[in-house]
Amino acid sequence: MSRSEPILKVENITKSFGSAEILKGVGLELPKGAIKILIGPSGGGKSTLLQCLNCLVTPDSGTIWFNGGVVNIQKSKELYAFRQQVGMIFQDFNLFDHLTALDNIIIALCKVKKMSKQQARERAMTELDQVGLGDKGHLYPAELSGGQKQRVAIARALAMDPKVLLLDEPTSALDPELVGEVVAVIRSLAHKGMTMIMATHQISLIRNLADEILFMKDGLIAERGTPDELLGKGCGTLSQGFCDKLNEIAGEES
Amino acid sequence: MLESLSVIKDALPYLLKGSFATGVIVVGAMLIGLALGLLMACGMVYGRKWVRLVVGFYIWFFQGVPVLVLLFLFYFGLFNFLGLNFTAITAVTIVLGMTTAAYQANIFRGAMLSIPQGQFKAANALGMSNVQAITNIILPQVLRISIPAWSNEFSIILKDSALAFVIGAPEIMARTQFVASRTYQHLPLYITAGLIYFVLTWSGVKGLRALENKVRIPGYSHQGN
Amino acid sequence: MDDMAFFRELVTGLNRGLLMSVMLIIPSALGGLIIGIVAGALRAFGNSLVIRIGDGYAALFRGTPLVVQLFVLYFGLPNVGIYLTPYWAAVTGFMLCSGAYQSEYVRGALLSIKRNQYLGAQALGFTRLQTIFWVIIPQAMRRALPGCGNEIIYLIKYSSLAYIVTFMELTGEGKTIATEYFRFTEVFLVIGFYYLILVSVAKIILRKTEKALEVPGFGSV
Repeated sequence: MSRSEPILKVENITKSFGSAEILKGVGLELPKGAIKILIGPSGGGKSTLLQCLNCLVTPDSGTIWFNGGVVNIQKSKELYAFRQQVGMIFQDFNLFDHLTALDNIIIALCKVKKMSKQQARERAMTELDQVGLGDKGHLYPAELSGGQKQRVAIARALAMDPKVLLLDEPTSALDPELVGEVVAVIRSLAHKGMTMIMATHQISLIRNLADEILFMKDGLIAERGTPDELLGKGCGTLSQGFCDKLNEIAGEES
Repeated sequence: MLESLSVIKDALPYLLKGSFATGVIVVGAMLIGLALGLLMACGMVYGRKWVRLVVGFYIWFFQGVPVLVLLFLFYFGLFNFLGLNFTAITAVTIVLGMTTAAYQANIFRGAMLSIPQGQFKAANALGMSNVQAITNIILPQVLRISIPAWSNEFSIILKDSALAFVIGAPEIMARTQFVASRTYQHLPLYITAGLIYFVLTWSGVKGLRALENKVRIPGYSHQGN
Repeated sequence: MDDMAFFRELVTGLNRGLLMSVMLIIPSALGGLIIGIVAGALRAFGNSLVIRIGDGYAALFRGTPLVVQLFVLYFGLPNVGIYLTPYWAAVTGFMLCSGAYQSEYVRGALLSIKRNQYLGAQALGFTRLQTIFWVIIPQAMRRALPGCGNEIIYLIKYSSLAYIVTFMELTGEGKTIATEYFRFTEVFLVIGFYYLILVSVAKIILRKTEKALEVPGFGSV
């Protein structure tokens, strides 16, 4: 399985909110360049798992390895440094509402990476160009469409030079006609070899991009395998049933 | 009637000089309230349980006791007891500052809670520490959102500052009282004082509205965005 | 020994003052509320002249300190031959000032009711008066309640200003004793405690009333 040393590895992650057990001991490995896709019913723990990977939600137990070393999440310095190298894309973008698209990217470069304002601005422009928004830098989040906001969010994450990208349903909050532009950006990232783990319901992303599909249900990974293994005709897996339903919905919409 | 007018004309420069003291008190108190209020709001939203309890008690106390009683309590009582020899103006500024801090804390707390949690998460995800996230992401938005309520608080504190004369601070009201006790022209003089306060309130509120418009973010409204 | 006498005098004095404060607060709150409702309704629905006058009244009393208003009433009016007792000067000032603030909430609440509520009532054959009584007032009342209640809490605290026009209520009684014994910290802490109780009780009543009148999904102004 291990083609190379995994960049990010977690073992036995558990998390409960009150009496609700959301994650019941999940483990996974992300080798360099791998693209893993989380699917499964909502409430299955996908989003919590992703947020545990960079400790936005602190796991109750479990271990996180990054670049071969254990991350000590009790030490805030180490945690902040770890998070810099793990980019995250959220379902509802979470752009900073008081900053322009450009400044959304600049602020982390200046405050976290301590870049000079000039350097940060150049880098931010490059990233905005990459996602096709070079001319929109002066606009505020409220002036952008959903798809544009998500592309800014991706540019913001990429500007930090992350080793891994976590994507939490990046297209779910978008109007159907805006999904395409974001999917295109994610595809081009995949072609450039970015290591990614993504929760998504976007059937085209699942089929074409995934090296491995992880089907999450009730806080556990219920199935894992390549798209061919899990989605092949008549293989009767949970994943296949789930994707068939997604297909039906997609069919009705188009 | 003519006599009243001439008294007002003579007294006006003297009364207006009092607005300098009033201004010092109000600006000082609002700034103390801003600093302390922001700190307490952070404590209430992000703090541990004991912090929230302490802040809750502070707010309960300062919102429940009349300003007049607080002035007496601190100026004649606690400040003396602690050996602090404040002038009347300093004392009033501090007391009003502590009072408005209790209200401002609630204003800022509400604003903090109205900012989507995701932005804090996103800041963390980019590697910002909690302090960096609060100062770079949360506070700039909180301050903008809070301007209307803050302006309301300003007008309350400006009016409360007229109580400073009870401990002898030489502001507008004290000066008016002084002139009135000599000339017996109480009615015209107090009406004049009222008008001065009215103009001060009005210009302060107008100024803050201008500020609000100046820092407004295009397309951004805090009511649900 | 001395302490005993001091505390006995303090408690007797403050209780006497408390009674006087309550006698100030209740009529002032009621009067303020009535003025506020009338002025608020006129400012919401009156013709342009009435609205002008109502807005002017509210701006004037909201834009000047209460203590200045009390001074005008108590020390100023004798200049034109009107003499008010300290009690009536205080109550009049409190009512007028409180009414100005209350009118703001009442007006806001009335204007917040959407046009379709009137149309709905008319479509069912309600008369104008029936519409006001059975549709508008029940809604406006709920919208205005938090603001109006808060205003009464402010009034409780500002009733201490009656002391400045020489009416001996809680603060005045306390000040006298504090000066006599030269024990400011203790006395004013105890007075503060009296006000805290008054304000806390008022807050509980307000919250209970809001709860009792709560309609799901119907927000305040």
